[in-house]
Amino acid sequence: METTKIVENVAFNILKQAVIYLPEDVKQALKKAYKEETSETGKTQLKAILDNIELAEKYQAPVCQDTGTIIFYIKAGSKAKDLDKVENALINATRKATKEIPLRPNSVDPFTQKNSGDNTGRYIPFTHWEIVPGDSLEMTVMTKGGGSENVCISGMLVPGEGINGLKKFVIDAVIKAGAQPCPPTILGIAMGGGGDIAMKIAKKTLLKPLNESNPDPTIAKLEKEIFEAANMTGIGPMGLGGKTTVLGVHIDYAFRHPASFPAAVAFNCWAARRASARINADGTVEYLTHKVKW
Amino acid sequence: MTIYRFKTPISEEDVRKLKVNDVLYITGTIVTARDQAHRRALEYFKQGKPLPINLEGLAVFHCGPVVSKEGDKWVAVAAGPTTSTRMDIFEDEFVKNFKVRVIIGKGGMGKKTTDAMAKYGAVYGAFTGGAAILAAKAIKNVKNVEWLDLGTPEALWIFEVENFGPLAVAIDSHGNNIFMDVTKKVEENKQKIYQKLGLSP
Repeated sequence: METTKIVENVAFNILKQAVIYLPEDVKQALKKAYKEETSETGKTQLKAILDNIELAEKYQAPVCQDTGTIIFYIKAGSKAKDLDKVENALINATRKATKEIPLRPNSVDPFTQKNSGDNTGRYIPFTHWEIVPGDSLEMTVMTKGGGSENVCISGMLVPGEGINGLKKFVIDAVIKAGAQPCPPTILGIAMGGGGDIAMKIAKKTLLKPLNESNPDPTIAKLEKEIFEAANMTGIGPMGLGGKTTVLGVHIDYAFRHPASFPAAVAFNCWAARRASARINADGTVEYLTHKVKW
Repeated sequence: MTIYRFKTPISEEDVRKLKVNDVLYITGTIVTARDQAHRRALEYFKQGKPLPINLEGLAVFHCGPVVSKEGDKWVAVAAGPTTSTRMDIFEDEFVKNFKVRVIIGKGGMGKKTTDAMAKYGAVYGAFTGGAAILAAKAIKNVKNVEWLDLGTPEALWIFEVENFGPLAVAIDSHGNNIFMDVTKKVEENKQKIYQKLGLSP
């Protein structure tokens, strides 16, 4: 099979995996939260979430009706072939997935308010590129819900306040977001770089499994501290009160300009949908996050 | 926390039994309405025009479903709630004029809606955000669709449901509102969190 056809098939498969099957780490975190939640109302919400996850798998239907904005993260081996054709294959896969899974058409022209109907449009699906050694092509898809996107925030903090400024920025963002992002959420936090860079890094951390804390112990400690603080807010599942407000926190950073302290918080709803696969140079495919394929 | 199972049409007397934190399941007819349908319904009322369906005693669902047409029959594929706060500007009039007994959505509603629910007898049932298949499986039949000219997400979808829920009663007809309570508590907790993180308020 020609490479672009393989890319299209694999992209379709990971999209379908992502929207139907939540990653194992997210399911485990939700089950743990259900066990530990003490608010009765909060518990009913977590139970409904767990039931819904099971039903989605059983009926092979998207876990949430908001199937999100489709974003691909590509790690392209510098010696991989036909890289110029990959984006087109991703667009084709998106169109096919929209029709066949089906996905909700979520791509609207901001000028005319017209929905393209197939989840494609200017820059959409969006593709992030990274060049790595080798000849394989690794693809990850994130389907990002609108409710949690609406509360993502970036800002320029005062450098003199240091990490304390970041902590306050994050906690205030969680409190302001309240029930809107469908808690329990996952927080991707980043600082440094610049306004665009911080948000890009923050969102990319949402691809990491929940049980994988930052290898740097100082950052891992900050992740834990913010995790505990966010869960002290009492917002709870769906904002109905309880101790489960976030399922996990990921932090990453870039170096900053001496005068700037850019910071960003990317929220993901509990339906944290992502899936990855690797296409080797010989055309063989390894699915990295999900076992099911079509 | 008490579990209630109501059949539509729901009477004011029944709806007033519900207290915040109770859990409700509905069997019968629920009708979706988002921003545009709310606006149009209130315009109709002002002009003395009847709605395509009498909403008295029914539940209104803030939802833009994923639907597919199989032959000439509509099927609800996924039907989770949308954020209710956008409908806050309409809901008090809506409850008053149409005698809707249950509003279903996510994210909660404000004081104006809470007051109207207390005055006219209605509750807000929070359906778990994202639980789209749980909702779709309780929809046994798409009875009809009206105002399809507003687009599929904004149309009035008339669903026949069986044990639709769980709905967490988050605003009752006695002036209680869990979302407003939680917001207040969160604001109190904020100072404790700042302290723990070593931040100045």
